[in-house]
Amino acid sequence: MKSKGVAVPYVIWMALFVVIPLILVVVYAFTTRTGGFTLENFASMGQYVGVFGRSFLLALVATLVCILLGYPLAYLLAREQSRLRGMATLLIMLPMWMNFLLRTYSWVFLLERNGFFNTLLSTLGLPKLDIIDTSAAVVLGMVYNFLPFMVLPIFSVIEKIDPRVIEAAQDLGANDRQVFRRIVFPLSLPGVLSGVTMVFIPSVSTFVISKLLGGGMTLLLGDLIEMQFLGAAYNPHLGSAISLVMMVIVLACMGIMNRFGEGEGEAVVL
Amino acid sequence: MSKELIRLSDLKMVFDDEVVLNSINLYINDREFLTLLGPSGCGKTTTLRIIGGFQKPTSGDVFFDGVRINDVPPHKRKVNTVFQKYALFTHMNIFENVAFGLRIAKVPEKEIQRRVEEALELVNLPGYGKRSVDSLSGGQQQRIAIARAIVNRPQVLLLDEPLGALDLKLRKDMQIELKKIQQQVGITFIYVTHDQEEALTMSDTIVVMDKGNIQQIGSPTDIYNEPKNAFVADFIGESNIIDGIMHADGVVGMYGKKFPCLDKGFAKDEPVDVVIRPEDIDIVPVEQGQLTGTVTEVTFKGVHYDTIVDFRGFKWLIQTTDYSPVGTKIGVKIDPDGFHVMKKSAYSGTFGDYSSYSDEYDELNEEAEDGDEE
Repeated sequence: MKSKGVAVPYVIWMALFVVIPLILVVVYAFTTRTGGFTLENFASMGQYVGVFGRSFLLALVATLVCILLGYPLAYLLAREQSRLRGMATLLIMLPMWMNFLLRTYSWVFLLERNGFFNTLLSTLGLPKLDIIDTSAAVVLGMVYNFLPFMVLPIFSVIEKIDPRVIEAAQDLGANDRQVFRRIVFPLSLPGVLSGVTMVFIPSVSTFVISKLLGGGMTLLLGDLIEMQFLGAAYNPHLGSAISLVMMVIVLACMGIMNRFGEGEGEAVVL
Repeated sequence: MSKELIRLSDLKMVFDDEVVLNSINLYINDREFLTLLGPSGCGKTTTLRIIGGFQKPTSGDVFFDGVRINDVPPHKRKVNTVFQKYALFTHMNIFENVAFGLRIAKVPEKEIQRRVEEALELVNLPGYGKRSVDSLSGGQQQRIAIARAIVNRPQVLLLDEPLGALDLKLRKDMQIELKKIQQQVGITFIYVTHDQEEALTMSDTIVVMDKGNIQQIGSPTDIYNEPKNAFVADFIGESNIIDGIMHADGVVGMYGKKFPCLDKGFAKDEPVDVVIRPEDIDIVPVEQGQLTGTVTEVTFKGVHYDTIVDFRGFKWLIQTTDYSPVGTKIGVKIDPDGFHVMKKSAYSGTFGDYSSYSDEYDELNEEAEDGDEE
């Protein structure tokens, strides 16, 4: 009885900020401007297949790059015993305390045609780097912004592996490479799954990064949705429908991934 | 005589200026069941980890079959370890756990099948291969850890308090089972524990350690009946340790009286520690007693009573089936073979008085719990 009473504020919170907005999204997605039921919003989505494809592709590439960069980093950090570890963790966390918009703007400044990097390159007599306003810049922005979300879960999982388990594997004849391949890597997979979730979802729905670093050339789902609510193409019904479809696809992806990692602990679904 | 397999020569271990091992010299025979016994922090686990290759001694050498192996990494040593908390691989099923070492050694698949099944049978868990680690109880996980080590046919099995996390009943069953397994596979077991009863039950040889030093090496009966100093006498079983004087061969003096005993070889009137085991003391009527005292505490223990008796301020523990109520005056009689006389040592005077008996029990219990963390 008592425990139920304690739960009341959370139920109200969830209702206010999770359930009601979700219901609103669903209602908007299935109605017209005048309020009648329609499937028109979904039917007209066909023209945006390219946007869907590009969003998922870029998010996927960003996630892969995050794994390739983040896993070795997390592994080295987790094995590191000294003060270096605290220092390095701090450095990874530090950008997260800065404003997201500011961080992305600073990349614009760095990558611009006459920005920091290109000025540096031309002073050295090297050819210019023409990366701003391309998909590559968008992926770079995603990786830069979301890499900590890959490193931290992997780090915490590897750090929690009982050193006796590693010793046991050595004791049974495994050398360092075998210990990693057969013990550390499989045991760290739940961390990788969490990291993938935490990088992929914000990447697939971002609009600031693509707007600033993609220069409007790479329209992503986030931009498309934003346009329906704020732009000249004002159409919240279509925006809701796109959001809903995106949510369903993301949930399906996570579901498949969790099935993949079954028995390894579940990935966090945000 | 069996041949010598492992020799530890003048091992020293220092962590951050703290001496953990202080000149350990020890040899271990082939097919021996040797137990390193001592309280938390005595250096027993460190000794085991040095043999396993997980720690390098600050100085001194480890020889295996006559070859110095100080610099051989763990995965190249012919020893396998059973860890305190089992350290099973939770992402593999039981079969793969046991097969791990064989797969690393690239043993043919058919032979792996056969040997894993054999190992599971040896630890009484045949057909458990498909199960997950989490579905097993603590005792079963412990057996899997043993099977995982033994399946590789090591020459030496190292066991680091393997029964520490099990409850009493299971622990007793496993003690007998471990001894049986050791005899069946015929390999050397080096066993670390802080539980003296466990050590007495299973071992061929017990090495009693304290503060990084070996206090005594011997068979269980030697260690129990002929402890070398007050520490060993107190740690192995219960002991009343009383200041005495050795008047002559076969005559020991306590409380100003002379008692016949069997010990000899001491200087005339040498001060000594006299050990009297609680079960070697008979309670008799006051007029027949060699000494008289007052009962201050009686505890029923099932098989016997723990009776605390005050002899002029020094309290003895007597274990007897006769009930003497608190406050009665009693006499005690001790046969000559009930005395064990020891030379004075650094430990003299620190053990063997039962004035704070219940406190001591608490300490023992705490130690059993703390033992895990070592």
